[in-house]
Amino acid sequence: MIFVTVGSDVPFDRLVRVIDDWAGATGRTDVFAQIGKTDYKPAHLAYCSLLEPTEFSKRFAAASMIIAHAGMGTILSALESGKPILVMPRKGSLGETRNEHQIATAKRLLDLGKVSVAFDETELRSRLDHLDQVTPREKITPYASDELISALRDFISRA
Amino acid sequence: MKSTRKTKVLGISSGGGHWIQLLRLRPAFADCDLTLVTVRHGYRSDIGNDAIKFRVISDANRTNKLGLVRTAFSVFWVLLLERPDVVISTGAAPGYFAMRVGKLLGAKTIWVDSIANVDELSLSGQQAGKYADLWLTQWPHLAGNPAPVFRGNVL
Repeated sequence: MIFVTVGSDVPFDRLVRVIDDWAGATGRTDVFAQIGKTDYKPAHLAYCSLLEPTEFSKRFAAASMIIAHAGMGTILSALESGKPILVMPRKGSLGETRNEHQIATAKRLLDLGKVSVAFDETELRSRLDHLDQVTPREKITPYASDELISALRDFISRA
Repeated sequence: MKSTRKTKVLGISSGGGHWIQLLRLRPAFADCDLTLVTVRHGYRSDIGNDAIKFRVISDANRTNKLGLVRTAFSVFWVLLLERPDVVISTGAAPGYFAMRVGKLLGAKTIWVDSIANVDELSLSGQQAGKYADLWLTQWPHLAGNPAPVFRGNVL
């Protein structure tokens, strides 16, 4: 099962449309998408606008692959669960988010080897056609780095 | 000599990535009396620990002025009720208000700028950082002098 999420109720039709077309063209039926509050109705995907957190966790856990916007919540969840994740960043210039931070996030995490990235629709379609190349990355623990945790502990113990 | 009372920590964030990042900081509060405050009731299921107190406030972003007033008020109310020793936030708008109200009420404040702010600090971060006793960025290249400082990240 492929789980697609745009992270919140803010739509990201550019992402969903490509996956919908791809599912239609290839006959993939094992895709579920959380697409936000949008007028776009996918023709070939099971979808909903926004899942409650418990339902979200269930769908997430059941998935073998995550395709998402480049939001850190989704990316961290995928890395924690050791699932392969393919992201396409939202663009501030298209009004999909407040600025270009998702593009910057995607680039950095790509360099760190944490995620697979498609920067636009064309690249997304070609990545979908070679999904076996979207491989799981090193699983992370559920917690922040030791350095950050101890910095916070130090501060709190002196508070 | 410190009293034996546990340090009361209030962690607060908006939803999505901010919340996930806040959850990843939990080991830092292991010896504390912890309250987590966020914007969706459903997030309670992410905690899975009865010892952690959970509260929900009204959310808003900076495009919604009335919503911001509501958020500011609910943050003020929660902090008045909880009177934490330490307030920590991973963003965004609720955290900004929590830094300001926290300072007002004499708490120590910590702002952990989101790891999603890679090229520059967020607007809320730039504002909130001024009210933080400990102002952290998660990217070494965004560290400033004297703040924000880089001390690791949530990864």
